[in-house]
Amino acid sequence: MTEREQNLRQVLQEGAARTNTESVRRRITIDPVTRLEGHGKIDIFLDETGQVERAYFQVPELRGFEKFVQGRPAEDMPQITSRICGVCPTAHHMAATKALDHLYRVDPPPTAKIIRELVYNTFMAEDHALHFYFLGGPDFVVGPDAPPAERNVLGVIGKVGIETGRKVIAMRRRWRELIALTAGKSVHPVFGLPGGVAKRVTPEMQKQFQEVAADGVEFAKFTLQLFEDVVLKNTDYVRMILSDTYTHRTYYMGMVDDSNRVNFYDGSIRVMTPQGKEWKKFPSEQYLENVAEHVEPWSYVKFCYLKPVGWNGFSEGIDSGIYSVAPMARLNVSDGMATPLAQQAYEKFFSTLGSKPVHHTLANHWARLVELLYATERMTELAADPQLTDTTIRVLPTEKPREGIGVVEAPRGTLVHHYVTDENGIIQKANLIVATQNNAARMAMSVEKAAKGLISGADVPEGVLNRVEMAFRAYDPCHGCATHSLPGSMPLLIRVRDQSGKTLATLRRDFDGSVRRD
Amino acid sequence: MTPTKPKVAFYWCSSCGGCEETVVDLAEAILDVVAAVEIVFWPVALDFKRADVEAMPDRSITATFLNGAIRTSEQEEMARLLRRKSELLVAFGSCSHLGGIPGLANLFNRELIFRAVYLESPSTENRDRIFPQPRYGDDGRTLSLPEFHNTVRALNQVVEVDYYVPGCPPTPRILRTALQTLLGSDLPAKGTVLAPDRALCDECPRKDTKPETLSITECKRPQDLMIEKQTCLLAQGLVCMGPATRAGCEAPCIHGNMPCTGCGGPTSRVQDQGAKILSCLTSLVGSKDDAEIDRILNTIPDPLGTFYRYGLPGSFLRRKIMSGTEGPH
Amino acid sequence: MRNRQLSHPPVSPGVFEPRIVAFFCNWCTYLAADLAGTSRMKYAPNVRVIRLMCSGRVDPQFVLDAFAQGADGVLIGGCHPGDCHYQEGNYKTLRRYHLLKRVLREMGIEEERFRLEWISAAEGDRVRTVINDMVEKVRALGPLQLNGMTEHVPEEVVV
Repeated sequence: MTEREQNLRQVLQEGAARTNTESVRRRITIDPVTRLEGHGKIDIFLDETGQVERAYFQVPELRGFEKFVQGRPAEDMPQITSRICGVCPTAHHMAATKALDHLYRVDPPPTAKIIRELVYNTFMAEDHALHFYFLGGPDFVVGPDAPPAERNVLGVIGKVGIETGRKVIAMRRRWRELIALTAGKSVHPVFGLPGGVAKRVTPEMQKQFQEVAADGVEFAKFTLQLFEDVVLKNTDYVRMILSDTYTHRTYYMGMVDDSNRVNFYDGSIRVMTPQGKEWKKFPSEQYLENVAEHVEPWSYVKFCYLKPVGWNGFSEGIDSGIYSVAPMARLNVSDGMATPLAQQAYEKFFSTLGSKPVHHTLANHWARLVELLYATERMTELAADPQLTDTTIRVLPTEKPREGIGVVEAPRGTLVHHYVTDENGIIQKANLIVATQNNAARMAMSVEKAAKGLISGADVPEGVLNRVEMAFRAYDPCHGCATHSLPGSMPLLIRVRDQSGKTLATLRRDFDGSVRRD
Repeated sequence: MTPTKPKVAFYWCSSCGGCEETVVDLAEAILDVVAAVEIVFWPVALDFKRADVEAMPDRSITATFLNGAIRTSEQEEMARLLRRKSELLVAFGSCSHLGGIPGLANLFNRELIFRAVYLESPSTENRDRIFPQPRYGDDGRTLSLPEFHNTVRALNQVVEVDYYVPGCPPTPRILRTALQTLLGSDLPAKGTVLAPDRALCDECPRKDTKPETLSITECKRPQDLMIEKQTCLLAQGLVCMGPATRAGCEAPCIHGNMPCTGCGGPTSRVQDQGAKILSCLTSLVGSKDDAEIDRILNTIPDPLGTFYRYGLPGSFLRRKIMSGTEGPH
Repeated sequence: MRNRQLSHPPVSPGVFEPRIVAFFCNWCTYLAADLAGTSRMKYAPNVRVIRLMCSGRVDPQFVLDAFAQGADGVLIGGCHPGDCHYQEGNYKTLRRYHLLKRVLREMGIEEERFRLEWISAAEGDRVRTVINDMVEKVRALGPLQLNGMTEHVPEEVVV
C-alpha cells in the first residue's frame, strides 16, 4: 500500500472510530439513484429505533462554468453554456442569447423572436415528451410495483403497443430534426446571437414546422388521454399522488406573460406563497434581490431560496424561503394557459386535484403534459405567423456591452444567466442559476420525507427503492431521460450497515430486474 | 447454441449528457442496436458500487463507450475500473477525447473555482464561508463527496484508450459507424479516431467559395456582421476552426450559418489543434509590420478560448501554469 | 503519454541552469552560430540548437512541445525581414510569434521565455549576446513549473 493509500485509509478509519463513539446509527446508501446532471447519491441514516433520522441527497458533481467562462467573449456564451446540459442545451442557449440582447441593449426584430420562440417550444415539447415516455411515465403506465424490468420505455411500449411506441420515437425525432434544421444542431444549437438569430426560416421550413406542429398537438392530446386512462382512472395511483409522503407546501416560482399565463420564452417572474397568494412579480433583472443560494458542505449543488423570506433550513411553509419550479410550479403561479386546449387541461388539472396551488410533487407529471399540449399549440400559432419567413432576422449591436441578464423557463424550471463584461464584451463575471438548483432544496426534502414515510427499520422492502426514486424523479432532474430507457430498471444496492461497517442486510436489484436479498 | 451477444457499456464522467442524447438520437435505429448487443451499463442506469463492477470478470465487456472528462476522484476510479473490465475502451465525445469544454477550467484551479462558485457568486449567501468537503461529519453522520481535482484530464491521460469517437456530441451517424466498426471483425489500428481523416473544409457545403488564399486584415465577431449563408466563413472575416478540425460531422454548424468551433478535434497529423489553427490564421495575416500585425491579431478577442475550446487538456501544455495546481489533484 | 524529459545540462552546484531550445534557420542564424563557434566565442552552454531550413518552418506545435517537455525557454532565430531565402517565410514566423506569445502568456508562460531574433549569417557575435542575455533572463525567472503534468500519472488509490 502506498503512503497515500495509507493516509487515506487512516483518515477514514479515524472518522469511523469517531462516529462509533456516538450512539449506533444505521445507514442506507442508495448510490446512484439520481439522474441529476452528474451523479447523485442518497445517504439515509436510521436512529436506534430504526426510524429514518436524516436523509441527504448529495450531488457529487461540479464543473465550474461560472469561473471558466471568465475571459471568454460574451457571444460565445450561448454555445459554451449549452454544455452545462446536453438534455436541455437549448434552454441554456436561449437564456444566454437573451442575456446577450440585454448586454448589448439590442431588441431583436419580430421575426427573430418568433423564430426563437418557435424553436424553443419545439424543444420544450420534445423534452417534456421524452421525460414522460422514457422516464417518469413508466412508473405510472406500467406501475410502480410492476417488475423493474418492465419499468422503462420498452414496458411502456408493451403496454401501449408497438405502433404507438414507434409513433413516440418518430415524434421525438421529427421535433429534433426541426430544431437542427433551424438551429444547426439539436444537441448544442448554434443559432443564438445578440439581436437575433443566425439563420432564417424559409417557406419550405415553415411548411415542415406546420406539419410537425399539427401532429404534435394530436400527440400531446393522445398523451394526456393516456395519462388519464392509466393514471387518473387508477385510484391507487391517485391516492399515491395525493399522499402526504409526496407533498410539500412550499413557495412556487415561474415565468408568466403580461396576462399571467405560462410562457417559456419570455415574461416576468412570478412567485406564489404556499397558500396561493402572489408573493411578488418581478422582471428578470431583479432576480438578485429575490433569489439567493445556500451552501452545504455535503453537496456540490447550491440550494436556492427566496432571499427576503430567508433560509430556514430544509423546511417548508410561509417562513421558509424554499421554493419549487418546473411544470407544477408554473401552473401554480399562472392564471391560465395561453392556448385553448391547454387551458382546458389546466382547468381540469386544478379541479381534479381540488385546490390551487397543488402541492403534490407527483402531480408534476400531469402538469408536464399540460405544458406539452401548450408547447405544441404554441408551435402551431408561431408556425402560422406570416412574419416567420421574413428575412430581417437580426439587428447589429451598436452599444458598448456592460451587463446582461437573460431568463427563460427551462423544462425543469426557471433558468438565469447573468453576465458582466468589459467594454470589449469579454466576460468578467458570470452568475448562473440552473433550473434544477431552484428545486434542489425541495428535492432534498422530498427524498428525506419519502424515506421517512416508507422506511422503517433495517427491513427495507424492494418497492421502497422505487418509491424513494419516484420522489426524486418527479422533478425531472436533468439527466434522467436518456439513461432510463432500455436496459431495464435501474439496479440499486441498498446496504444497511451499522457504523462499524458491519452489514446487517443487503437488498440488491440487478439490471435484469431480479431482486435478491442477502 | 446461439452465440452470445457482445457486451456493450456506456458510462459518463464530467459530462453534460449530450453524448447520451446521441445514443437516444439513434431513434428507430436503436432497436437494431439493442438487438445486436447486450447493453450491460448505461450511464447512471446501473449501480456502480465498486464491488459489483469488480465482480465482473476482467475484459468481459466487449466495448465501453466512456464520455466526459476526468475531473474528480470518483471519475478517475471508474475510468480505471472500466478499463480493467473492458476489452475495448472507447473515448466517446470531445470531453473524453480531448478534455472538452469543461477543460477550459484548466485556466484556473480548484481554489479559484470554489471561491467563484461558493463565495463570489452575487446570489450566494455564504457568510460562514462553507465549501463542499470530501469528508464531512454532520452530527455524527459521515458524508463523503469525491475530490475535485485541480486539473481536468482527457481519458487517455488516465488510462489507455483504444479508440476515439469525436464530436460534441458525436453525430448519430458517427456513432452508428463506430458501433458497426467496433463490433465487426476488421478492427482499425489501436488509437484510431473513428471519423474521416481530413479537414472539415473538405466536407463543408461552402467549399466552393473557399478562397485560394486570404489576406487577413481584421477578424470579425459574429455579432458584427450579417453572416452571408453561402460564402466561406473565413472569407467573410470570421474565425472558423474548419481548417484545423476533423471532418465527419457533415458540418451542421455551417448549415446553421455559424462557424465551426472545432469540436471534432484535429486530424491524425496534428497533435495540438489550437496551435495549428493559430499557425493557419497567423500565416494569413496581411502585414509585415510589427505594430500592424499586433493590431490585426488583437481583433481576435480570445485566442486561447477560441482555439482550445474543446482541446485544452489534450494540448501540449494541458493547463495554465499557476500556483496551487500541484499534480493532477 | 508524454514521459520524455530533456536531460539535465551540467549543473553548477546550487545554481539553476535553464534549458533553452533554439530553432535556427539554416541560411542565417545557424551559420552565425557556426561562425561564433569557429571564432571561438564563448557563450552559455544551455542551448540545444535545432536546425531548420527556414524560421517559417517553426510550427507553433514545436514551441509548445518544447515547453511541455521541460524547456525553460524557446528561441527562434531567422533571417532579417527581406532576407529570407524563401522570400516570406520569416514574415510568417513573425506573425505566428505575435499571437503565440500572447497565448503563452495567458497560459502562464512569461514573455522572456519565448523569443524571436533576426540574426544574419555574419552576426556571430549577436548569437553570443542574444543567448547569454536570454539565459540570464530565464535564470532569473526560474524553472518552468509544469507541476508534474508530464510525469507519470499517480497510482490508483484503493480505499
